[in-house]
Amino acid sequence: MLLAIVVWPTIATIRYSFYNGTATKAVGLSNYKSLFSTADTLIAFRNNVIWVLVFPFVVTVIGLVFAVLSERIRWATAFKTVIFLPIVFSVTASSLVFTQIFQLDPHVGVMNAIVQTVEDWFNPPGAYPLSAGQSVASLATSGVVAGPHGTLDASAAVRAGGTTRMGLTGVNPDTLTVLGARPARMPTPSAGAVTGLVWRDFSLSNPSNVSGVYPDEDGFPNLQVSLLASNGSTVATTTTDAFGRFRFSNVGAGAFRVQIQASNFKPGFSGTFWLGPQSLTPTSSLGQTAQALLSIPLIDISMILAYLWIWAGFTMVVVAAGLAALDREALEAAHVDGATEWQTFRRVTIPMLAPVLTVVFVTMVINVLKIFDIVVNLGIDSSQPGGQSSTLASDVYYLGFGGGVHTGLASALAVMLFVLVVPAMLFNLKRISGK
Amino acid sequence: MTTTPVAETPPAVPAVRQPSRTRLVLKRLRPSRFVVNLVLGAIALFWLVPSLSMMIISFRPAGLFEVSGWWKVFTAPSQLTFQNYRELFTGGSSTALGGGVPSGLAPGSVLDALRTSLEISIPATILVTAISSLAAYSIVFGRWRGRNAVFLTIVGLMVVPLQVALIPVAALYKDMGSVTGWNPFGTITGVVIFHVAFGLPFGVFLMRNFFIGLPTALIEAGRIDGAGEWTLFRRVVIPLGIAAAASLAIFQFIWVWNDLLVALVFLGGDPHVPLTLFLYDQERTLAANFWIISTGSMVSIVVPLIVFLAFQRHFVRGMLAGAVK
Repeated sequence: MLLAIVVWPTIATIRYSFYNGTATKAVGLSNYKSLFSTADTLIAFRNNVIWVLVFPFVVTVIGLVFAVLSERIRWATAFKTVIFLPIVFSVTASSLVFTQIFQLDPHVGVMNAIVQTVEDWFNPPGAYPLSAGQSVASLATSGVVAGPHGTLDASAAVRAGGTTRMGLTGVNPDTLTVLGARPARMPTPSAGAVTGLVWRDFSLSNPSNVSGVYPDEDGFPNLQVSLLASNGSTVATTTTDAFGRFRFSNVGAGAFRVQIQASNFKPGFSGTFWLGPQSLTPTSSLGQTAQALLSIPLIDISMILAYLWIWAGFTMVVVAAGLAALDREALEAAHVDGATEWQTFRRVTIPMLAPVLTVVFVTMVINVLKIFDIVVNLGIDSSQPGGQSSTLASDVYYLGFGGGVHTGLASALAVMLFVLVVPAMLFNLKRISGK
Repeated sequence: MTTTPVAETPPAVPAVRQPSRTRLVLKRLRPSRFVVNLVLGAIALFWLVPSLSMMIISFRPAGLFEVSGWWKVFTAPSQLTFQNYRELFTGGSSTALGGGVPSGLAPGSVLDALRTSLEISIPATILVTAISSLAAYSIVFGRWRGRNAVFLTIVGLMVVPLQVALIPVAALYKDMGSVTGWNPFGTITGVVIFHVAFGLPFGVFLMRNFFIGLPTALIEAGRIDGAGEWTLFRRVVIPLGIAAAASLAIFQFIWVWNDLLVALVFLGGDPHVPLTLFLYDQERTLAANFWIISTGSMVSIVVPLIVFLAFQRHFVRGMLAGAVK
């Protein structure tokens, strides 16, 4: 059975890899040539390299830290169970959990909700955040023109005792409701002061009439407005009331201009596309092949995070078993000799654990070389051949079985996988026959 | 002769070194038990978030998924409902769901997937455990040449990526179909055969590692007393090796239960699919319904979760056997 399902097929795959797409004609090395020359497969190689360089190391370190720290708590069993549990779930189910965690909309995806909370704390959005693709200038409707740096300026200058009206549209009525907007009301002009109104200049009862103020039009509350002197310097700033009115008192002589500040329209954080192909390294100026080789798409990192959640329990449990088998006397001796906690860990624990750590590391290297389940479940489109998160294993599947079948190329990729695993195989053989 | 003043001899034993400043600082900085507890507590909570979110989503009305985050349930616990589960298992009217999300789900398809998962996992587990035990017995206690070479070959096969075998085996299955009239491609049997073949190397390895620790004298004594190999295996080795066999069986069961790739290749497009493939397909339907996916995921993890919690030690032992021995 092993011969029929494991050994013979391996040889058959090697033979297929020298054949064309339908396994009918020998084509020599051409599959291997295209493997190393087309951007599609280079992307798969690159992703495997990212996985192999990042994941085994990080997951081993996390496992080590968890194992060492959990020796100091009384509830170590409970802790280990919690960390270990994800291994029992299928990678498919776990991936689906993470599609939800990485959802773009911060109202739905936890990851973006957290980023949004932090981001808004340090960098709060304006009261009237623009929606995607909207420009500040597009809001200007009557008595307003686009000013510099995303501001809106009153189109006419005003003197003390005068009144400015600025009509805006393109703001979601819900935003106004949330801000407690009341029907717009013209301010009463007063001597020595500049007064004005900012309102939603769209009336359902008079849709064609622009610039008139009607009872079914709301004022813009809570809007930051500035008064600029004729040389452009800011004289005063204030905020509009629930009716959209504002007033600058005792402005003195001269012509002024009212400006609506840009900060009012600052959009909030709208979500990072965690499962997107955007590269973390600047490669846009490079050619296609160089891009394929050098960019690190964000989705790879997100997937690695999800995979860490799944596998940290495994490395932790194996390292903990190694720790339990350690010679306690050596650790005690180090303590008695006055070594600090950190020195003991660095100089005694780690060297003694080295064999276990190596085994864990190699196991994880083999694991991620064959990475498949999480790739096809978290990146539905980007795992297709040539997609930014495709790997050797996902390419073998898609080229071998799912649409656009090319048996020769798929086999050549499978052979590459096999070749990459051979060092790990030799390592295992050496370790086991050495005993 | 002049007497030279006797130089002050250095003390034979160096004075006890004063602990250096940095060492004192380090000692003070040494994380206290309290800090370790706090940090690990936070990590444990953090680790629970994904599972918890999946669980809560599966118990919230389907229509709410796109509207608000699952964490809103903590301020509105009345949202929790069994509707999704009822809907998933009966495939009844879609209007029963809050928001009237159409399910597009054939009635009973989850139950069918659950059954298919069991139909694949149980035979694959039994066969791997049984064949591995026999093979390991033969390798450890047999008296034929080349036992060690066979064992090392099996160790080598342990890491062979199963991707290497998919294409030829699929072709082989189809050829079998055209020659004998029975085509294992697209059948549960075909999947089981593949799983057994790729489960054997690890199984033999694990069982061999256990058997090698048994006293050979026991077997020799049995042989001198005239017991046949089968009797020895059944009466002596099995009772001693049952714990190891249990570890292997549980490990293998969870492994096969969670497989996606083999099912995808050999059963893709088939109406009877295991749960992993069911979820995979659901994710790819137009307008994927997350309530089906989250509820289905919960269903898919229940069985391995029960197996794990019931036989935790065996499972961990099976896992460690592959890594540390």
